[in-house]
Amino acid sequence: MVDRDPERCIECQVCVNQCSFDVHYYDAEDDEVRSHEENCVGCHRCAVFCPTQALTIRRNPLDYRENYNWRPEAIEDVIKQAETGGVLLTGMGNDKGYRIYWDHLVLNASQVTNPSIDPLREPMELTTWLGRKPDRVELAPDSIDLKTELSPQVKLEIPVMFSAMSYGAVSLNVHESLARAATEAGTLWNTGEGGLHPRLYQYGANTIVQVASGRFGVHPEYLNIARAVEIKIGQGAKPGIGGHLPGEKVSREVSLTRMIPQGTDALSPAPHHDIYSIEDLAQLIYALKEATNYQKPILVKIAAVHNSAAIASGMVRAGADIIVLDGLRGSTGAAPKIIRDNVGIPIELALASVDSRLRQEGIRNQASVVIAGGIRTSGDVTKAIALGADAVYIATSALIALGCHVCQQCHTGKCAWGICTTDPALTKRVNPEIGARRLTNLLHSWSLEIKDMLGGMGINAVESLRGNRLHLRAVGLTDTELEILGVKMAGS
Amino acid sequence: MVTNKKGIDQTMKIDASDISYKELNARIKDAASNGVQRIELRNVYGQRYIGTGLDRPLEVEIFGTPGNDLGAFMNGSRIIVYGNAQDGCGNTMNSGEIIVHGHAGDIVGLSARGGEIFIKEDVGYRAGIHMKEYENKKPVLVIGGTAQDFLGEYMAGGILILLGLNLKEGEPQQTNFIGTGMHGGVIYLGNVVDGFQLGKEVGVGELQESDYQVLQKFVEKFAVYFDYDAREILRHRFIKLFPLNLRPYGRLYAY
Repeated sequence: MVDRDPERCIECQVCVNQCSFDVHYYDAEDDEVRSHEENCVGCHRCAVFCPTQALTIRRNPLDYRENYNWRPEAIEDVIKQAETGGVLLTGMGNDKGYRIYWDHLVLNASQVTNPSIDPLREPMELTTWLGRKPDRVELAPDSIDLKTELSPQVKLEIPVMFSAMSYGAVSLNVHESLARAATEAGTLWNTGEGGLHPRLYQYGANTIVQVASGRFGVHPEYLNIARAVEIKIGQGAKPGIGGHLPGEKVSREVSLTRMIPQGTDALSPAPHHDIYSIEDLAQLIYALKEATNYQKPILVKIAAVHNSAAIASGMVRAGADIIVLDGLRGSTGAAPKIIRDNVGIPIELALASVDSRLRQEGIRNQASVVIAGGIRTSGDVTKAIALGADAVYIATSALIALGCHVCQQCHTGKCAWGICTTDPALTKRVNPEIGARRLTNLLHSWSLEIKDMLGGMGINAVESLRGNRLHLRAVGLTDTELEILGVKMAGS
Repeated sequence: MVTNKKGIDQTMKIDASDISYKELNARIKDAASNGVQRIELRNVYGQRYIGTGLDRPLEVEIFGTPGNDLGAFMNGSRIIVYGNAQDGCGNTMNSGEIIVHGHAGDIVGLSARGGEIFIKEDVGYRAGIHMKEYENKKPVLVIGGTAQDFLGEYMAGGILILLGLNLKEGEPQQTNFIGTGMHGGVIYLGNVVDGFQLGKEVGVGELQESDYQVLQKFVEKFAVYFDYDAREILRHRFIKLFPLNLRPYGRLYAY
């Protein structure tokens, strides 16, 4: 609810203009700004912009009678469905209390027996190469030139990339902020499945283009301008289902990149209709390799589900150069709430089991592993790498850097921070220049922190931490969890 | 031998027996970038991806059986197959033309955004699934025979013509679930279908004058390519299928 301090409020109506959910309104008769508090989503846009700090946003204390089983959310969802008969939508990632394993894993540090490294005085390397690695390398005789032909590799200056967010879900200014920041920081951003605006072709060398089941905006130039191509099979927020971008969001500009008529629904079918098996996946992987002359690594992204490890093995054998796992807490611009909150498995367990499985099968070198879904801090990044990831994708953290306050209203298209909307009046709230700077700052601070953690462990290259689970210990986990994670209990 | 002004041989013949798809396609692309305008492939035995990602005006004639994903992502080339095509013919095609003097497998023209595909005989499952159109791009798929299930499923644009020429008079088309989830474009069906064969998102109508113009244009092309009498084909009764709702799933949600 909105607390407005009448002593401070100067009726300037900044809150009225900033709120895209019609909470604040000006009552001219009484010369007073008032609120429709029931509309408030808790995005804090008004409170941040109020010049006199007259606004405080609080939880509405009027609550239902205490009931551990029937919490307000469950009651309100039933009411909404009874009113509409429809599927409930939501935005962002799973907000339920599933165990976050990052918070039960701790990192090691050097004490006495081996010296830690001071990253301020010594070189530390975060450089990461993604792509298929050969089983062995051979040198040409009498030279130091490689005889082995390498698959295409992507160089990252920091093992953190921006995850797929499509134009149409997010605004062009968000895409441009991500593209510029990725270029500046030496990493990659991902177009998502909505195509790429021609204005951003100049950032192609740092762009992953996505090919999803709707094939929106996929054409030869789009594929060839990119650094890598990602086949999206699934998404952590909505495993197993497709996506519907409503016609209202398909503006002229969005229609340009999706290559569909303005105002029509963009329907992404649940499966790719040319992929019903691992063999079919191999076929699309190689169709894309053919279309890009074997110059670009092909990523295949799946949602983390029960049998991810076996699927991952199939993906590697099908020819994927990089496999991407998106976990239970992965975000979305819009997904059925019931799917987001109940389908998929936590990314930490999926990563550990996939990495273990690929090692057991002796094919871990044949593909890089990237994870997505719920990476909040550089600590999560570092733990993910120790658990076996080559790199991570971030999206929510990147959007928070751009102003997002995680109010979970992405599906409404009314984002007051101008991020997850195509309304021109709102999208201009993100300035690509400032956005790019804030994202670059975020990556810079994370890289400093990762170097600090590495140095503390006595490691001077992120490569040496990769899959090094001895640098992790667990707190408060069961034996089964320890076994799946391949991590020892703290103290042992 | 036909040569252009610079004396480059504009026609090239490749014997594809014993060549892997990767090498074959590399040679086609190489030839295309060297200004070759016509390629004749002999003894094609199932090599995949022929013409995949080709993005220049080039004519490829195929004698034999090309493999899956023929002309996938293709942009502006022309492929003529003297034989049968397999699955994924014209997958996500942007523009160009594919002419198949025989049958084609599943998902012909999947997600095609533009270009024209003519199949003389029958096609497999999910033909024309999720075809879409954009500005001046409008994919066209003409099938001389009949199709298996899910014809035009999820169709978002373009023109799909199913002639049924190899069916007997009054014999229904073999495809069920026609146009399930269709939300754009148009399907013209020769020969009859029973109501139960249609997806619940399509409506049935009579052809208007403008429909006949479209139908005539592509039937005439079809007749020229495969040596039919267009007037004879057009004498059949056609019905038109169209999406009942441009947003079939717009009311699925609680908002």
